[in-house]
Amino acid sequence: MSIRIKILGTGCPKCKITTKLVEEVVKEYNIDAEIIKVEDIMKIMDYNIMSTPAVVLNENIIFKGRVPSKAELVEILIK
Amino acid sequence: MFDWLQNIADYLVFRIFGLAEESHLAEALNFFIYDTVKIFILLFVIIFLMGIINSYFPVEKVRNFLSRNKLYGFEYLMASLFGVVTPFCSCSSIPLFIGFVKGGIPLGVTFSFLVTSPLVNEVAIGLFVGLFGLKVTLIYVVSGIFLGIVSGIILQKMKLEAYLTPWVKEVLLNAEKEQEKYKAEKLKFNQRLPIIWSEVLDILKGVLPYVIIGIAIGGLMHGFIPEGFFEQYMSKDNLFAVPISTVLAVPMYSNASGVLPIVQVLVEKGIPLGTAIAFMMGVVGLSLPEAMLLKKVMSYKLIGIFFGVVTLCIIISGYIFNIIF
Repeated sequence: MSIRIKILGTGCPKCKITTKLVEEVVKEYNIDAEIIKVEDIMKIMDYNIMSTPAVVLNENIIFKGRVPSKAELVEILIK
Repeated sequence: MFDWLQNIADYLVFRIFGLAEESHLAEALNFFIYDTVKIFILLFVIIFLMGIINSYFPVEKVRNFLSRNKLYGFEYLMASLFGVVTPFCSCSSIPLFIGFVKGGIPLGVTFSFLVTSPLVNEVAIGLFVGLFGLKVTLIYVVSGIFLGIVSGIILQKMKLEAYLTPWVKEVLLNAEKEQEKYKAEKLKFNQRLPIIWSEVLDILKGVLPYVIIGIAIGGLMHGFIPEGFFEQYMSKDNLFAVPISTVLAVPMYSNASGVLPIVQVLVEKGIPLGTAIAFMMGVVGLSLPEAMLLKKVMSYKLIGIFFGVVTLCIIISGYIFNIIF
């Protein structure tokens, strides 16, 4: 089953790094995932977060307020 | 405390590079080496300490604290203090603003946070200690917090809710005091450490180029501009110096890291400290890019009032600084 990864961020440098990192991991491990970038602040606020970037996996927030490390991403996404 | 560093800088410049002790170039280079290394040591220590504090007090926790507790006026002080420990990135000011509004926190209190957060942060504190010493740093930090409190209270009194953008007003209507309990990451200190560490490195890497360029320009000015050069143009008696430099500074955008080393040399060469700090607060605390971001949540009128009140407070604190020093 394909997973949905959303990256919430208003376009700050940290958000861009996060997006790149997620794309890298997905490609490297051949994960069947749909990556969606959410840049609209109103939609971001629906997730009730206060610091960006945030990574959302199947509507669950897995990281927020910081750029996750690659190892952390691999660990969560590969399950 | 940093005598050993001065010795190393002297040794490098006069012995290894073999420059004459009285030359402008030697003086500028010596200043550059000494200042860069000293400031980096201080920045590292302070960013690391703030990182630890921040790891235990994330914004969500702060928001819930402010939203749940009756603080009888102390909420402005608390918001301002939290602004100090929270690392500020202009890109997260909007989510933060909305998060506060959602939690039913008064607009004025949110403004207190928004004012202090960029003004007093780990990078600014590290640079201040390195360039001006502990006493001036303390005064800067206290006045930054005070500035946040005063502007927040004034803005709250003005009842500005009507000037928020429509969708924020809707959020305001649905604001809930009881936020869902914040699920704090229950991590042990040694689990937090790698996260804090990588953030410290990120921040340092981010400010490195600005600090080096700032100190390099400062070093050149230090070596080539005669002592007291600016006194004739910008003395304390010149009442217009503070407002003019503040108003000039507001549209400028730069982080503290680039401006502070230059400001330090300006002070050394005769610009009154209060005038210089007012300038710096204008550069760091308010900027055009920030205004553009705030456009999403505030009407132009509200942005104007917000900037106007804060600018006025900065000008007043500039005068106060000049009286103190």
